Amino acid sequence: MKILIIAEHKNGLLSEATQELFGLPLGQAEVHAVVAGESVEPLAGPLGQLGAAKVHLIESPALASGTGESLGQALGQFIPQLAPDVVLAAHSAQGKDLAPRLAAALDAALATDCIQVSCDGDQVTARRPVYAGKATAEVEFTDDGLKVISVRPRTVKPPESDAARSASDASVAVEFPAQKTALKKIIAGGNERPDVTEASIIVTGGRSLGSAENFSVIENFADSIGAAVGSSRAAVDAGYRPYRDQVGQTGKVVSPQVYIACGVSGAIQHLAGMRTSKHIVAINTDPDAPIFQLADYGIVGDLFEVVPLLAEAAKNRSGS
Amino acid sequence: MNIFACIKQVPDTTTRIKLRGDGNGIDEADIQWIISPHDELAIEEALRLREQRPDSTVTVLSAGPERVTDSLRMALAMGADSAVRLDLPGDADSGMNARALAVAIGKLGQPDIVFTGKEAIDDGAAAVGQALAVSLGMPCVTVVNGIDYGDGVITCRRDVGGGNIEVIETSLPAVVAAQVGLNEPRYATALNIIRAKKKPIDTLFADELGVTETNRKTRLKNFELPPPKQPCQIIEGTPADQAKELIRVLAEDIQAI
Repeated sequence: MKILIIAEHKNGLLSEATQELFGLPLGQAEVHAVVAGESVEPLAGPLGQLGAAKVHLIESPALASGTGESLGQALGQFIPQLAPDVVLAAHSAQGKDLAPRLAAALDAALATDCIQVSCDGDQVTARRPVYAGKATAEVEFTDDGLKVISVRPRTVKPPESDAARSASDASVAVEFPAQKTALKKIIAGGNERPDVTEASIIVTGGRSLGSAENFSVIENFADSIGAAVGSSRAAVDAGYRPYRDQVGQTGKVVSPQVYIACGVSGAIQHLAGMRTSKHIVAINTDPDAPIFQLADYGIVGDLFEVVPLLAEAAKNRSGS
Repeated sequence: MNIFACIKQVPDTTTRIKLRGDGNGIDEADIQWIISPHDELAIEEALRLREQRPDSTVTVLSAGPERVTDSLRMALAMGADSAVRLDLPGDADSGMNARALAVAIGKLGQPDIVFTGKEAIDDGAAAVGQALAVSLGMPCVTVVNGIDYGDGVITCRRDVGGGNIEVIETSLPAVVAAQVGLNEPRYATALNIIRAKKKPIDTLFADELGVTETNRKTRLKNFELPPPKQPCQIIEGTPADQAKELIRVLAEDIQAI
């Protein structure tokens, strides 16, 4: 079996989610990596150390801005040349946009946002959440053709880089037809905290915070432990937080190592968006709140009293 | 302008999912069906664009079984000019749905712009917009939460996470996949809902669209509900003790901080 990993990079570094793909149980498969960009040769070494046998480099000024259109064209030309059995990408902002383009262009099977992927001999199995995590389902591939699979970030740990390993690398030439889309600029969010989809810890506040200003209680605690700030839909609808913080079926679906829900009752659509978190902590005045049914640890109490004490305890601990 | 919006009917967000006896799907018996929330944004954007551009029409398409007609009626009640159902099984994969939508759009006239939601909240594949664009030979911009309309060109704001926005310019015709923030979908009035009941909804059948089971590349099976959780461990004591203990758990037991 031949597997191709699409390597995503930013500022000259491989993304964490790309490194994780090498940690999947891929059996004895022959693992290739492809990296596309303006100047990506320095990434061949790190990809080899992660376990790629061969690294394919697609370099062109046309790839500088990394639009879905240009990446789709580059990879759409290269993949049939390599003829892998499986293409793996991270289900990141970039991979989410790209994987369906490739599957459609190459008439391949598509499985996005997978939370289990393994290869054994010529068998590929994949499982993905459905109904935003209210259930999961196995993806059956109906033929032996190419499979394009995107994998949810944080599904597995990346392997240790092994300096003794290295990959051979090769340049790939592709042609770019006239582009119909152009990246004009990127407006930075100015958010110093991690994004909820990338954070290993999320502290979420609900409507019971009562105002946008009161979310400073959540922010202070989040900052004391390096966490992202999440929000329930009710708190977003009430205007306390921007939509980008919303966790739930109509917001972001997250699976951090620790999810700390403060004053969140646990509406079914919210639970769907965070139930795959590894450890769940609930802080709520109502011991019957549905969130406690999903939580591993709970504190029955007033968040305005408890959460500032948590921030203090975290600071004392890290200071000691 | 010839404006299209492609929508999917999905279970309401408050639905408790129950599995079918064979485990290869969900029990649809008590499900309340809605238009997938991001697809409502697609309809709304199509209607707003029509209001800006005289002589425009909005056609709403949805692939799925007979039940999908109700969602298409809701789109008509919101203000769409016509609605067409593509008769595909409810468990068609995103490739089949995209292919059917592309063929249907080809039959219904040259589009100037096609709106979809960024993803449907049932399978969450986030794939149909891009696949549709490939089939139609059009550019595609996904996760769009703002659009400036120019002459034959649009400028889209793409939500790429972390509050960061990519500003992408694309020529038309194009496929645009809508993200929350693009607009606030209108409510259909009671009167318009009643009026929409009398409007015709055309059906295009799979064989007319050239889509068969041989186009299926994936099928979902062996559904599982999340494993039952161990009972919650309640941390007791004074607030200060509770706080100290939880931080200890995070640092020592879970080793997360």
